[in-house]
Amino acid sequence: MSEHSITTIPSTPQPTKSVWFGFVAAVVLQVFLTAPLFAADDELRTVTVADPYLELHTGPGRGYPVFHVVDRGESVDIVMQRTDWYKVRTNRGREGWVDREQMELTLQPDGQRVSFERATIEDFTNARWETGILAGDFGGANIISLYGSYSLNPNVSVELWGSQILGNFSNGWMASANVVHEAWPEWRVSPFFTLGAGYIHTEPKSTIIQGEDRDDQIGHVGVGFRIYATRRFLLRAEYKSYVVFTSRDENEEVEEWKVGFAFFF
Amino acid sequence: MESRFRVLFLIVAMISLSGCAATKNLFGFGSREAAPPTAEPPGQVIDPEVERREVKEPAIDREDFEFGAFVGVMGIEDFGSDLSYGLRLAYHITEGFFVETTAGYSRAGKTSFEILSGGAELISDSERDFYYYNLNVGYNILPGEVFLGEGRAYNTSLYLIAGLGSTTFAGDDRFTVNFGAGYRFLLTDSVALHLDFRDHLFDIDLLGEEKTAHNLEGHLGVTVFF
Repeated sequence: MSEHSITTIPSTPQPTKSVWFGFVAAVVLQVFLTAPLFAADDELRTVTVADPYLELHTGPGRGYPVFHVVDRGESVDIVMQRTDWYKVRTNRGREGWVDREQMELTLQPDGQRVSFERATIEDFTNARWETGILAGDFGGANIISLYGSYSLNPNVSVELWGSQILGNFSNGWMASANVVHEAWPEWRVSPFFTLGAGYIHTEPKSTIIQGEDRDDQIGHVGVGFRIYATRRFLLRAEYKSYVVFTSRDENEEVEEWKVGFAFFF
Repeated sequence: MESRFRVLFLIVAMISLSGCAATKNLFGFGSREAAPPTAEPPGQVIDPEVERREVKEPAIDREDFEFGAFVGVMGIEDFGSDLSYGLRLAYHITEGFFVETTAGYSRAGKTSFEILSGGAELISDSERDFYYYNLNVGYNILPGEVFLGEGRAYNTSLYLIAGLGSTTFAGDDRFTVNFGAGYRFLLTDSVALHLDFRDHLFDIDLLGEEKTAHNLEGHLGVTVFF
């Protein structure tokens, strides 16, 4: 199948996921209109119905009604996937959404059962990369953090963090790198220990005091949990104790509590 | 004694070199050697040529991300309402849950005090720029379909969102909580229109005492799944 709409760019076959965005600023409202440009995707995965029938829903969700049924022996093309739903096209051109459970009962051209890649708890243990967002309390101020992690092996990973700190008296940001050790990475709730160092920038709020901006080095230790949720998704909660190496006589100690979510891939 | 250790060491070294075929077979780890070719049975004339079909399955196009832009009106508490616009990126985790990040801009007008006093400005011109970003969790609470005439049906969804982020306004970054509801209207399975209403809350002490400001925003948007 090769659709030729106005926006299709006739070109050499490209990887299926080639979506372009064209922003057109509407003059008056400064609206951005997005238009996808799909490369002609002439290669779709075809599967044969092996279960008595395949139910096509009108939308990608349990509540959408079944409007068409494909009989055993007929084949369908898989147009796309969204979450656990597959949009399929029958030989007669009807399109509908099928859930994963039914799709896994269909057969590939070579007669094998179809198996779809799906992240499991094993990937949770073994995945190399992870990125997530956490928020919480940093010594009485609010903190929002973004991190990226790379696993050297299932037990040890290195992480980079960037945080924005929003307090009543001062704002700031913080960057740090740390090493994480997980003693039981195969557990669904996996505890970890972490050690790191970084840099913090603090600026007092303009309406309260006319203080000076400060830049300090920090060191921290922490403990926490990574909790496997579903698919490539995990929850994370942690406590860290920071030492801020100030230029004054005494160092400052700050406690931090955070929760959030992350993806591994 | 020493030579005995040396022998032991050599054995360990040999085992560790398990790539070597000799050691493999020595300890029975190696794959069994192929049996010597037997003589062709005289009756077999046709050599069965069964070729296994190498099927390389094309990848399935996953469309879990949603990206787009929006434009609307934002009412900044005490500072009047003005145009707002921004970008949004969402990732659909399940058919119900999604996570979303939005970044937007609006501009504050004048408070009634500033207008009545005629000239006295509470904040400078550049401090009237209102930037925000939010990280939200959303849930499609009422998925459904709408019908246009007899022959057309569109998938829709009413969703709730809540999250936190930061707003830069009046000279400070302010921790912001936001929540709201939206309506997603799918023109096709890959392009959607959005209508959203959100409340952005943050603490502000600009007008004397500290209070929680409610900044209501309504906007229309277009997104594309990819």
